[in-house]
Amino acid sequence: MPPDAAATLAARPQRRPRAAHVLGQNIGLVLAAAILLASAVVFTLMFVIQQQRLPGSFEITSTVNNTMPLAVAAIGQTVVVLTRGIDLSVGGVIDLTNALAAIFLAGSPLHMIVVSILVVLVGAGAGLVNGLLVGLGRLQPIVVTLATLSIFQGLAIRVLPQPGGSVPAGYTNLLVNPDAPTALIFLAVAILGWMALRRSRLGVELFAVGNDEAAAVALGVNALRTKIVAYSIAGALYAVAGLFLAANATSGDATTGNSYTLTSIVAVVLGGVSLFGGRGSAIGAICGAFITTMIVNILFYAHINPLYQAFYEGLFLVVAVVLGSLIGNLLRRRG
Amino acid sequence: MSLAERAEGDPAATIAARELSKAFGGVQALRSASFAARRGEVHALVGENGAGKSTLIKILGGRLHADSGNVLLDGNAVRLGGPADAARRGIGTVFQELTLLPWMSVAENLLIGREPRSALGLIRRNALAGEAEAVLAGLGIHHIDPRALASEVSLAERQIVEVARVIVRQPRILLLDEPTSSLVEREVEWLFARIRELRARGTAIVFTSHRWNEITSVADRITIFRNGAEVGTFDAIDEDEAVTLMTGRRVEALYPPLPPVPSPAAPALQLEEAGVGDGGTVSLSVAAGEILGVGGLAGQGHRELFLGLFGAPPLARATIRIGGEPIVITCPADAIHAGLGIALVPEDRKTEGLLLPLSVRTNLTLPILAQLSRLGVIRGGAEARMSREIIDSLGIRTPNAAQPVGALSGGNQQKVLIGRWLLAQSRILLLYDVTRGVDIATKHEVYELMMRLARQGRAILFYSSDTEELTHLCHRVLVLSRGRIVAEFAPPALTAEAVVAAAIREPHAA
Repeated sequence: MPPDAAATLAARPQRRPRAAHVLGQNIGLVLAAAILLASAVVFTLMFVIQQQRLPGSFEITSTVNNTMPLAVAAIGQTVVVLTRGIDLSVGGVIDLTNALAAIFLAGSPLHMIVVSILVVLVGAGAGLVNGLLVGLGRLQPIVVTLATLSIFQGLAIRVLPQPGGSVPAGYTNLLVNPDAPTALIFLAVAILGWMALRRSRLGVELFAVGNDEAAAVALGVNALRTKIVAYSIAGALYAVAGLFLAANATSGDATTGNSYTLTSIVAVVLGGVSLFGGRGSAIGAICGAFITTMIVNILFYAHINPLYQAFYEGLFLVVAVVLGSLIGNLLRRRG
Repeated sequence: MSLAERAEGDPAATIAARELSKAFGGVQALRSASFAARRGEVHALVGENGAGKSTLIKILGGRLHADSGNVLLDGNAVRLGGPADAARRGIGTVFQELTLLPWMSVAENLLIGREPRSALGLIRRNALAGEAEAVLAGLGIHHIDPRALASEVSLAERQIVEVARVIVRQPRILLLDEPTSSLVEREVEWLFARIRELRARGTAIVFTSHRWNEITSVADRITIFRNGAEVGTFDAIDEDEAVTLMTGRRVEALYPPLPPVPSPAAPALQLEEAGVGDGGTVSLSVAAGEILGVGGLAGQGHRELFLGLFGAPPLARATIRIGGEPIVITCPADAIHAGLGIALVPEDRKTEGLLLPLSVRTNLTLPILAQLSRLGVIRGGAEARMSREIIDSLGIRTPNAAQPVGALSGGNQQKVLIGRWLLAQSRILLLYDVTRGVDIATKHEVYELMMRLARQGRAILFYSSDTEELTHLCHRVLVLSRGRIVAEFAPPALTAEAVVAAAIREPHAA
């Protein structure tokens, strides 16, 4: 059905090359990868100078294992932030699931599998509560999840008043093998899962709601359902983070997850996910998680007093975000 | 001209509205409105802003639910569960406020919900752009890059993508709310070619537009809306007749008579040698009770002049006298408190004048809070009384004084702004294109208000992008061009043709 010439809108003389679009539309991810690379290089240099050798299997394994809980939590935070929400309850959910894991995990392999699944379901349930309050209650995510953060923290203390419990060595070896960075396999699975989500209807709807909720609704997206699902998925992922944390520590502590509320948001921001919703990638957030670990490593080898660690982390975050925004603007203007 | 039978009785109707009513807060947007469109026809919906056209389209498109009344598809009452439900029933809608997702590509937007998928059911993201390219080409669109983000393409291109997204889904009923508002002529031709193709295939097409030549070029029938209900449906109607039906008033009755300027004239505002751009200077004088118009093409220094008199930012090199006394204006506070009080009513109410989420009352009394307060505490009783008086005397249509200003119509927002300065006892009013985007009935009220203010002895400096307004509402009109006054007209020489001719004349032509 070729329309008549008069009713055809003529071709524009030239278009931006495809690569320019890909770069421009993934600039956050590209910057996150670049920062990660740079911080890894700095760390390696410092390590070589002080230890007279290259970082080996032990350093790589411990970096991966220490980052796993944050990486997984940051993926969950990404899913929520994409809908233009924010989830402060991360710390509470990790506390709670970490405590549950430490108390109930010990047992046969089948028992451990069942308990793990139940713990993930508890996390999903916590996320569902957030999602229902945000979606049905039309409440602001920051207020809802600030409140549920305290509630989940309180429940965690109730479950495990004193640090304790124990995680079987087999479980630890499976999740965070201390001898080899096998946890990267879980990360690969997470990335594959993200790529599938990105190519699913739910993924399109997550991005659509975060882009413009009113427009998404006009396009037939069920924004309510999308948000509830997003918070639930996030809750389940925080529970997985809680399991990794328990496996890494081999015991439980009902307050050890608290710091993840802030660090998951830091990872998401460093990973180029827009806090205004609708833009970003879980792969970027994983990079962001590894960047934060790298900063800690660098501070360690720079012999910074651990008391000042938060100060330098904050400083680095500000510099990274400002630089990223400047570079992003520059590239956008060029393009 | 023949008035068709009551819409709901139309047996050929594919989609119909039967006695729909819808209210938003205290404002009744639709009052028992009825409407019907048949398959294979292009049906134009016309009326002023606020007549209820967009509300009707939103209800028919499933985006809003009516408070009462029915939507009928092929004669059967249906309850539309939402835009997705409407789409399943074959209703495609291009809403007035565009619904493209800004950070997603043109291709993702165009194909949302019908993306190419792999055997596993996953979206083939690499195939999106190619498929979008083919879809757009099939509709005669070759200039839009499907890989660009929606926020990267122009407003007109977004409008075209929006239309394309709806028509590739081949709806049997197509609703278009102001589809041409951001399109240039060539793009309008493209759209109308698509509309004619769809009509030939039997689609029922309903569209709204404010451009009369577009309506007559493509519409088979025209339904006129006024004040939330249909006035009638016509096979053909001439523009004057339609305007009369839309406004309920003949065009010539729009402008109220001008009160005479008191004599001898007492100059309220005198401006000497003000630089407003392009190296020119402006001198002018407005008397109490006088409406002085400033006309000319856009961008010739009007904005600088009006904002400058208000001190936002101040005029360069100007001598300003108020009631004969020289004063210095460096910021809006100086202007508000100067001798007789200078007040600016800008055209962009949302960004330059009103605090939209706050109440009508707060917006009215903001500049006089100091007078209304005792030891920093606002005297609520006095505030309520004074705002009530203004609301009543200006006829501001609001359910109550606590209503957020953002919920009022544009014309009523404009009245709140004017009312604010009446409360502040401003004697000199700078009205900058105040009726832009305001419907005709409210325009008329604003005109009458201007006359009343002039009779009270206030001096008014008035700029309008509508030259007809200037010629009907002003005692004198100055024409500004490149920062200079190039002509001055007073009746009987004051005509729209004369003002336009002076505005477009080359300043240094022999």
